[in-house]
Amino acid sequence: MSAYYRGGFLEDSWVYIPNDASLPESGVDVIVSLARWRNEISALTNHKGKLGVSINPDDQLEKDTDTLTGLSLISISFPKFSDGRGYSQARMLREQFGFKGEIRARGEVLMDQIPLMMRCGIEAFEITHEPTIAAMKAEALPAIFHSYQSPVCQQLGNIRRFQR
Amino acid sequence: MYRYDEFDQAFVEERWKQFRGQVERRLKGEITEDQFKPLRLQNGLYLQLHAYMLRIAIPYGVLQARHLRKLAEIARRFDRGFGHFTTRQNIQFNWIKLEQAPDILNELASVGMHAIQTSGNCIRNTTCDPYAGVAIDEIEDPRVWCEIIRQWSTIHPEFLFLPRKFKIAITGAAEDRAAILFHDIGIRIVKGDKNETGFAVYVGGGQGRTPVVGSRIRAFLKKEQLLSYLEAIVRVYNLHGRRDNIYKARIKILVMALGIEEFTAQVEEEWQKLDKPSIDLPATEYERIAKYFEPLALKPAPISDEQVTKRRASDPEFNSFTRNNVRAHKVPGHVSVAIALKEPGKIPGDASADQMDAVASLAERYGHNEIRVTYSQNLVLPNIALGDLLKVYDGLVAAGLASANFELITDIIACPGLDYCNLANARAIPIAQDIARRFSRLEKAEDIGHLRLNISGCINACGHHHAGNIGILGVDKKGTEHYQITLGGSPGDDASVGSILGPSFPAEELPQAIETIVETYLGLRENPKETFLSTYRRVGKEPFKRAIYDNEPSNSNGMSDALEKV
Repeated sequence: MSAYYRGGFLEDSWVYIPNDASLPESGVDVIVSLARWRNEISALTNHKGKLGVSINPDDQLEKDTDTLTGLSLISISFPKFSDGRGYSQARMLREQFGFKGEIRARGEVLMDQIPLMMRCGIEAFEITHEPTIAAMKAEALPAIFHSYQSPVCQQLGNIRRFQR
Repeated sequence: MYRYDEFDQAFVEERWKQFRGQVERRLKGEITEDQFKPLRLQNGLYLQLHAYMLRIAIPYGVLQARHLRKLAEIARRFDRGFGHFTTRQNIQFNWIKLEQAPDILNELASVGMHAIQTSGNCIRNTTCDPYAGVAIDEIEDPRVWCEIIRQWSTIHPEFLFLPRKFKIAITGAAEDRAAILFHDIGIRIVKGDKNETGFAVYVGGGQGRTPVVGSRIRAFLKKEQLLSYLEAIVRVYNLHGRRDNIYKARIKILVMALGIEEFTAQVEEEWQKLDKPSIDLPATEYERIAKYFEPLALKPAPISDEQVTKRRASDPEFNSFTRNNVRAHKVPGHVSVAIALKEPGKIPGDASADQMDAVASLAERYGHNEIRVTYSQNLVLPNIALGDLLKVYDGLVAAGLASANFELITDIIACPGLDYCNLANARAIPIAQDIARRFSRLEKAEDIGHLRLNISGCINACGHHHAGNIGILGVDKKGTEHYQITLGGSPGDDASVGSILGPSFPAEELPQAIETIVETYLGLRENPKETFLSTYRRVGKEPFKRAIYDNEPSNSNGMSDALEKV
């Protein structure tokens, strides 16, 4: 799989494991659903390889504070670009859960939303939309570098209204 | 008023350049109309029945002369020579070409204007008291907070894809002139126990197909905590508001489903968890913004003027104008002058490019450069010395803007309706024109007194019919335009949703029905000071219902005329 990071596309080894599939033996970095993570938490923590969890817009994360923070990756789903719940989820993971691992976006990830996602703490993007891939390859991120809010992370190098 | 510095200017330049790129990608077919739609909507561009419509932001309804001149220029160069002021204190141009929209935004950016978030499922323009900063009954000027909310909500990365649109209103005065209880969030500046100012916060008000008066979520919020509290409310809404049904997606539906207690508990819990210092404004930044809104250095002067008094005695139209359109200013010897864009027979809220230029000139010469837009689709010159009132009035007469019917029955709020809007079921503008013509004799309108009459062309209620003392809603009845009447709505402190009177009327019978309602009121009021709303609240719906539906058609000329035509 490859994902876009600020600066370019990087190949990575993450594999999404469907709920009914068994885990690969070892050495593979896996992403499982939140439901599976909750049910099989002890088996999964024994997995040899990095662990990630994928979340959906209607997943309530409040009860998972303790277990999610140790993960290497959380993948937030945007089934439709117009569903903005993932932006709140990302900020809560960063600011309230103190999540330090990678947050990536998957689903309908489009070039006009990527800068907003970055400002909410999402750093990697699984992009399938061809014009967006082409634009990202050309480094044509349509960003607005001036922002009135405090960004969660500094990838965009935002020029802020003032220091808080 | 607030002035863009380098930061704001750089921001708005980046924004229109971004939009130019988006339009190019759309024209090249790189993005679909579905993907383009939220981008153009967040820049105020709608696709309507005949053309694109561009809705330009007038943040909290405050303009300077140079802004109004720029709007006049856009009306001439890119539209058909006029613009339409809206109930959101914005302006719309109805005949825009897609490929010219980025050029218009470029023109606007040159005077620090834009169309950001005038549409789409995001936080919209903040509604404000048009008399903010000059009203006698004001605790504190709410414009400072409007500007703070504007900056906080502008391209807030978390809140651009909410379940539905989101509107905030704020008032700092004793009398609510911003209809705060009909907004997603309503904010009232209040005094606390130690006489410190803070906010009472209301949530879940709104119109549309489910009209609701907002509920109080917090009796007192410290001033410096406003932004983090707003952020908690909007986050709870973003995560939990319904997204499965566009008609159930506003925050009012979530508040009703959870109940105000549970909703409040969720907001308070989220608020406790927020990193408040990263959201709330540092004192230095508050002071930077507040400085732009310091009161003008106006010299107190005598509260009467000989020339004005003389003219009032000799010129009945001017006398009416002073009675209806002129309000006292907090500095003695000054007044605020309302310009009613409601001359009976004209399109409510429309102004020509020449009229915009004329108002801009009057503001420059006599009005300290400032103009306000009211949510009732009128303009206000807030700072006029009483000694200049005659010159301002004569200037308005020359521009065809001296209509003396501000806040009277002919000061009708109307949405664009089926003449422009692809959501509408029925026309609103010609209905407003017909009704206004019925009451065009000013003595008659003045005798009727304060009466808010609002018309919406469909259930989305852009014409605020639910909040009208008399509300009119356009409906589609077996393919013909019909109009339902509601009575008893009020946008103010005593906010209430109007109640449906009975079966709807076809367009040709509606003006007579309205006249019958008004005549019934005139017959029932205890004295000329008792307003339509007070009378209605005292006597209830029945007398009006009887007058409208029980009478034989022959009792009323208009009604029988209409029947003869059929």
